[in-house]
Amino acid sequence: MGKLFTISPSPHVHSGDSVNKIMYGVILALLPAFIWSVMMFGLDSVRVTLIAVAACVAFELLIQKFILKVKPQIADGSAALTGVLLAFNVPASVPSWMLIVGALVSIGIAKMPFGGLGNNPFNPALVGRVFMLISFPVNMTSWPVAGSFGVDAVTAATPLALLKEGIKSGQPVVEILKGLPANMDLFLGNMGGSLGEISALALLLGGVFMLIRKIITWHIPVSVMVSAAIFSGIFWLIDPTKFADPIFHLVTGGLMLGAFFMATDMVTSPMNPKAQIIFGAGIGILTILIRFWGAYPEGVSFAILIMNALVPLLNRYVKPKRFGEVKIQSTKG
Amino acid sequence: MTTIILYTVLTLSIIGVLSAIILYFVAQKFKVYEDPRIGQVETALPGANCGGCGFAGCRAFAEACVSKGELADLFCPVGGNDTMSGVADILGIVAEKKDPRVAVVRCNGTCEHRPKTNFFDGPVSCAIASTLYSGDTGCQYGCLGCGDCVVSCDFDAIHMNPVTGLPEVDDEKCVACGACVRACPKTLIELRKKRPKDRKIYVSCRNQDKGGVARKSCAVACIGCSKCEKECKFDAITIANNLAFIDSDKCTLCRKCVSVCPTNAIIEYNFPPRKVVVAEQPVSAPEKPIEVMVPISTEPKSSEI
Amino acid sequence: MLKTFKIGGVHPAENKLSASKAIEVLALPKTVFIPVGQHIGAPAEAIVKKGDKLMVGQLIAKSSGFVSANIHSSVSGTVKKVETGPDTSGYPKMGIYIDVEDDIWDEQIDRSADLKSEINLDSAAILAKIQNAGIVGLGGATFPTHVKLMPPKGMKAEVLLINGVECEPYLTSDHRMMLEHGEELIVGVKLLMLALNVDKATIGIENNKPDAIAKMSGLAARHKNISVIPLKVKYPQGGEKQLIKAVTGREVPSGALPISVGAVVTNIATTFAVYEAVQKNKPLFERVVTVTGKTVKNPSNFKVRIGTTVSELIEAAGGLPENCGKIINGGPMMGKAFANTEIPVSKGTSGILIMPEKEAKRSETMPCIRCSRCVSVCPMGLEPFLLMTLSERQVWEQLETEKVMDCIECGSCSYTCPANRPLLDFIRLGKVKVGALIRSRKP
Repeated sequence: MGKLFTISPSPHVHSGDSVNKIMYGVILALLPAFIWSVMMFGLDSVRVTLIAVAACVAFELLIQKFILKVKPQIADGSAALTGVLLAFNVPASVPSWMLIVGALVSIGIAKMPFGGLGNNPFNPALVGRVFMLISFPVNMTSWPVAGSFGVDAVTAATPLALLKEGIKSGQPVVEILKGLPANMDLFLGNMGGSLGEISALALLLGGVFMLIRKIITWHIPVSVMVSAAIFSGIFWLIDPTKFADPIFHLVTGGLMLGAFFMATDMVTSPMNPKAQIIFGAGIGILTILIRFWGAYPEGVSFAILIMNALVPLLNRYVKPKRFGEVKIQSTKG
Repeated sequence: MTTIILYTVLTLSIIGVLSAIILYFVAQKFKVYEDPRIGQVETALPGANCGGCGFAGCRAFAEACVSKGELADLFCPVGGNDTMSGVADILGIVAEKKDPRVAVVRCNGTCEHRPKTNFFDGPVSCAIASTLYSGDTGCQYGCLGCGDCVVSCDFDAIHMNPVTGLPEVDDEKCVACGACVRACPKTLIELRKKRPKDRKIYVSCRNQDKGGVARKSCAVACIGCSKCEKECKFDAITIANNLAFIDSDKCTLCRKCVSVCPTNAIIEYNFPPRKVVVAEQPVSAPEKPIEVMVPISTEPKSSEI
Repeated sequence: MLKTFKIGGVHPAENKLSASKAIEVLALPKTVFIPVGQHIGAPAEAIVKKGDKLMVGQLIAKSSGFVSANIHSSVSGTVKKVETGPDTSGYPKMGIYIDVEDDIWDEQIDRSADLKSEINLDSAAILAKIQNAGIVGLGGATFPTHVKLMPPKGMKAEVLLINGVECEPYLTSDHRMMLEHGEELIVGVKLLMLALNVDKATIGIENNKPDAIAKMSGLAARHKNISVIPLKVKYPQGGEKQLIKAVTGREVPSGALPISVGAVVTNIATTFAVYEAVQKNKPLFERVVTVTGKTVKNPSNFKVRIGTTVSELIEAAGGLPENCGKIINGGPMMGKAFANTEIPVSKGTSGILIMPEKEAKRSETMPCIRCSRCVSVCPMGLEPFLLMTLSERQVWEQLETEKVMDCIECGSCSYTCPANRPLLDFIRLGKVKVGALIRSRKP
């Protein structure tokens, strides 16, 4: 017999989906937010994004090639995605060298030491971001004013930071909010903030794209947003002079970015719907807790990292509903 | 200032004392008596936790040794007789000496001897291939070549030969723990008695098909012709299910069976080259000796001897 | 909203290439090889020897226990030898080689094509006929049908489900059967209802076969006890437990048989075989096989005598394509690959799928990115990623508590995994090991 047939175990067909498709799909979903950031912050956001992506990919390549001595797998897009997410979480004015340090932490500390793709317990981009926030607090919390590109050194605080400072100085919340853009403007993205987090609308578009492409499921983003809204809503109803309304909390800060792009990171989120809802709810509540009583005005990054730590536990103790997990029905009905 | 220091020191001391008392009572309450000899035996063992003794690890083996009080069925293949006599000393008994053993792969179905009949495209795992089907060659008994034995070895003693596609045992590193024996779904690997200079003679085939069928699937298959059985003067060779087996405890390494085997299924390793004419076997001997020695060339250590 | 099962499921490309091809009768082969073990359970015992003259439909191997099935000669001729022959598993299987001479049928078999719809037998007589005819589940599982129809003591069947789902891509034999033999199938359903003593039967058909749904609904409308339910297209709806869930809403408990919720499922081809066995006295010795594939010249549905080699079927469908890389016994999701084409068609062969080289190869495996798609598509609510890891690490005990034995091996997890991980391969290995573990515990 001339030719040998292939034998392999079933199934013999495949959906055609791949890790690359997922990773590049997420990057594509981030495009609207990126376009918005270029409109708001100008070429600085292009610089920040390009440097972050290049640094992450380069670090992954170097580590795989020279330290782990394995076949480089940078084409899978995961390092590039980490770079984009890192860039989206920093102000557009951040110096390039800080970004490179952040990328080194993301890839060199949060990802590769755990075994690379699929094994990191914490979201690499967030670890890099939090590292930068703690190490370079000034640069990480002075945001260029949106729409003012070309003019250097104009900085503004985010709505959340203004809120926090206002509360500290004893102003009633209603008064502070009056000085801030309206919720609709916040939703569109007319505010100061990190590169990718400002426009809730653009992020929502990307999120819907991912939902349609079935890259993510609804469980995590919806539970993050619903729990944040309910939790902040309760306090707002109790005392609207001390706490801001839930819509404000939903559209400010990195909540949308976190809910759709950071919390849904496959590697660091739980693996069944029930656990995903608990995970999302935890993020929503922790975020609001930090915003209300924490030292930082914004808490999404910390909330996600804390919940990341609980993922192994959730995976272990929250199991999907098994088929046939029912009492034996009487057959003599 | 001094009062603050004083109070701090006092409070901490009280907490310390209280904790110590609680700890003491808890320790008393949950005390488990353990034979100190278990720990001693465990330290005497190699600590490889390979499971070669049949227990979950060295600790479990130590517990078994102490609780049984005798070493009749217990043997640490890694440590061998030295370790076992050490264990016996701790227990105050005498250990029985056992012959050292070495793993042997009983398949010589290289690519040229045993042509492939299909192409396996699945996970590189013999266990999975064998749950799926008989294998990628015509021989349903032969090596699958996915290297489960290599993965199972804790001692880096078995490796796949990329040329032949078969695993090869490094006699010096092999401790006969039996991990590969358990890993092989085709039960090709056997622990055989270790001989001086690592010499060995064995039937390198497990094919139980009738002669014709076996021969068709592999050029070096044992066809169960029983020529070797007749040749052996030491009752070391038995034929069952169309397959010859040489008992390594009875074999005297006389090498007579090797030359009578019509399919070269019996293999000898690490022997000096034969003289071209052997007095006792005037006819059959000259036909084979060179062919028989072929496997040696693939064995890296043969040059040392 | 169409009915379907709740948890998991995928929708592979259907590729029903041969759906419009009428069933053709394949020319008689020159020799056949009929294995004696074509079913789940003990292989039958051969009762013929070399040189025996045989008629079509003559018993050649006798059932060797309750869970076993008779085997009948599919041709007339002389027994050449009783010996081992090739099998999909690669391990030789005992069987009977017959040289074909003419085509002389046993006189008792009614060879006319007339519909015989009046039933004048009782339950026991129908069961006996089914058992004698050696009928097994023709969907691929090959479980002896008479065993299924005799519920264990204390259990009673309430509803009969006919599986017209054919959820495997490519396969069309049941679809054609419904279109061409609908009348006979309805009689078969009535026979099965009588045998089981149930007063309700439902035929579940996936919505991608509107012509079959229309035909069967029209026929079933005349019988108030038989209904046809169109189902949403979703794999693996043809799985017994999934079909029961989809049609009746009942969930078969983990580890239990379908009968525990009062349901018995048989597939279309089996129902037709029951009709032929009971009404026409024709034992099971031929079946409809789909020969298909994107590179096959004429994808077709053939009526084939059992024991015909696969190569003859492929020849009839236009020959083996040049770039053939893999031949699959059954559908692409659950079928087994053939090592060569000299393997005979047996009772469980529902299709022969030829895949080109390009599709035959698996893509490169990547690390698991924990996307949890395998969890969301698993129709049994299991966690395939976890089961694979546990199986790789050989933690069999934990594998058991994670319900590995519930796995129906549908392949949805491996199909959907973006990292191309061999999930099902390792889970299957785990099932083998855990199964052995469970058996070793029983005294």
